[in-house]
Amino acid sequence: MSDLFPVEKIVEHFYDRVRIDDTVTDMACVIVNPNDLVELCSFLRDDAEFKFNFLSDICGVDFYPQLPRFQLVYHLFSIPYGWRLRIKCPLEDPPKAPTITPIWCTANWHEREAYDMYGIIFEGHPDLRRIYMWKEFEGWPMRRDFPLQGYKDKYNPFAPEKPTEQHSQLGKTL
Amino acid sequence: MTDVNVIHETTNEHGMSREVLMNLGPQHPSTHGVLRLLLTMDGEIVENIQPHIGLLHRGTEKLCENFTYTQIFPLTDRLDYLCPPSNNLAYALAVEALLDIQAPERAQYIRVLMAELSRISGHLLITGALPMDVGAMTALLYTMREREMVMDLMEMISGVRMHTSFCRVGGVREDLPEGCAERILEFCDIFEHRISDYEQLVENNRVFLSRVENIGTISPEGAIALGLSGPNLRASGVDWDIRRDAPYEIYDRLDFKVIVRTDGDCYDRWKCRVDEMRESLKIIRQCIQQMQPGPFLVDDPKIGFPVDKDLLAHSMETHIHHFILAAYGFKVPKGEVYKAIEAPKGELGFYIIADGTEKPFRLKVRAPSFVNLQALTQHTGNMKYLADIIAMLGSLDPVMAEVDK
Repeated sequence: MSDLFPVEKIVEHFYDRVRIDDTVTDMACVIVNPNDLVELCSFLRDDAEFKFNFLSDICGVDFYPQLPRFQLVYHLFSIPYGWRLRIKCPLEDPPKAPTITPIWCTANWHEREAYDMYGIIFEGHPDLRRIYMWKEFEGWPMRRDFPLQGYKDKYNPFAPEKPTEQHSQLGKTL
Repeated sequence: MTDVNVIHETTNEHGMSREVLMNLGPQHPSTHGVLRLLLTMDGEIVENIQPHIGLLHRGTEKLCENFTYTQIFPLTDRLDYLCPPSNNLAYALAVEALLDIQAPERAQYIRVLMAELSRISGHLLITGALPMDVGAMTALLYTMREREMVMDLMEMISGVRMHTSFCRVGGVREDLPEGCAERILEFCDIFEHRISDYEQLVENNRVFLSRVENIGTISPEGAIALGLSGPNLRASGVDWDIRRDAPYEIYDRLDFKVIVRTDGDCYDRWKCRVDEMRESLKIIRQCIQQMQPGPFLVDDPKIGFPVDKDLLAHSMETHIHHFILAAYGFKVPKGEVYKAIEAPKGELGFYIIADGTEKPFRLKVRAPSFVNLQALTQHTGNMKYLADIIAMLGSLDPVMAEVDK
């Protein structure tokens, strides 16, 4: 069904602010800057030609040591037309992105998860707290530079030592 | 029933009011696992719900980044532990899309057959557990009895009751054992009547109905905005089922009805699942009927483990392939894919970014229970009292292992 999907229409509407990612083969995919993300999402949800009313998933990705380091991947679905669309949003370090909670309220927990795992700050989020890890936890567990075993502490004696200076600022809980 | 943690008094314009902060769970039977709810109560009326999840967080996604593609199957089992074959299927489909291969036809039938069996086992739990949550203990004992039959079938097929790990990339681990088809058909015959038994036992019970009817009503628009999927969404009147609308495997050859209900209350979410079990039986019967003998694993020694175990002892080449597969796994070409299936709880999606090595660069699980549970925080519909929260939670049917990943 995805071959019928008029992805060019999005580019027509947004000109150079949105570009199509040709490397993706399984569904239509566009790349957008964080500044235009909210506008793009509300356009896709409300426009009668698209009706992307269902937000499937938000996924954070860490490409360390590549730049730009972080990326948010949104998977949208249009229940009336049966189309899927992927939106990629590259982020700098430290990562900041606008919240899309006002557009889809399901984004609330997805964004909290991305914050918890990658430390991506969602500006304007109503309740940005850790969701899986406990409040006092330091560090962002899904980042590529976070060891699989975690850092050494009282309960985890065989894990690697925590680096002292370089990333101490990144791992601080808000 | 619950621990009263904090009692604090606040003043408002009407004078003094008493708000009680109550802690429900994490070790409470009606939270279906380790879910902790922090409730702000005004007497018996709930004003605010704050779920605290993550008590069962195992870091599945982080582990997946360090495992080979075959090693990830057991991890997917442990997401929604009531229906592991569905999880295996979703993950296998995603990897197969990256490799651009397709499982042989017989393997697809076996996968669908097992996924539907596991759908019955998952739905049986809520069919009994929701009445138990609201005080009718008996139904659970009967549904558990029938669930045992499904478990026995799983054991017959895969040797394991719960964490089957039966799928492989490019097929399934083994063929169906001899006599299995007959046993499954026998189960279908018995089970069909049992579904009516539950309905008679519970559905006409006035106490049960008064606890679940018109409670926690979710509108179609509200359900879509909340990202609900599966029976929870269809109970609200949205006619969308991935099995029918974007068929994967051999679902396009099967004839089944998508159950849609209109009210969107706790009762409809429960009833939707009961009716879905009948459709699953129909699918299982058709699978058995249409299934033809043939290979059950893709014929590619670089991806599929050797089927003929005798060859392992005699053929050096088979031996090497087996060693490489077991020790290093297979390489998956660079790319990314999102594959979603209709799991018993809703849309289960796997988003995989592959970087050309034997391990995924990033694997994201779109867990339906995680998204569905969020509906609890929204004060939708008629959900005022503490007892309604329990009914709502039971009808959303979250599996905490999947919520916490």
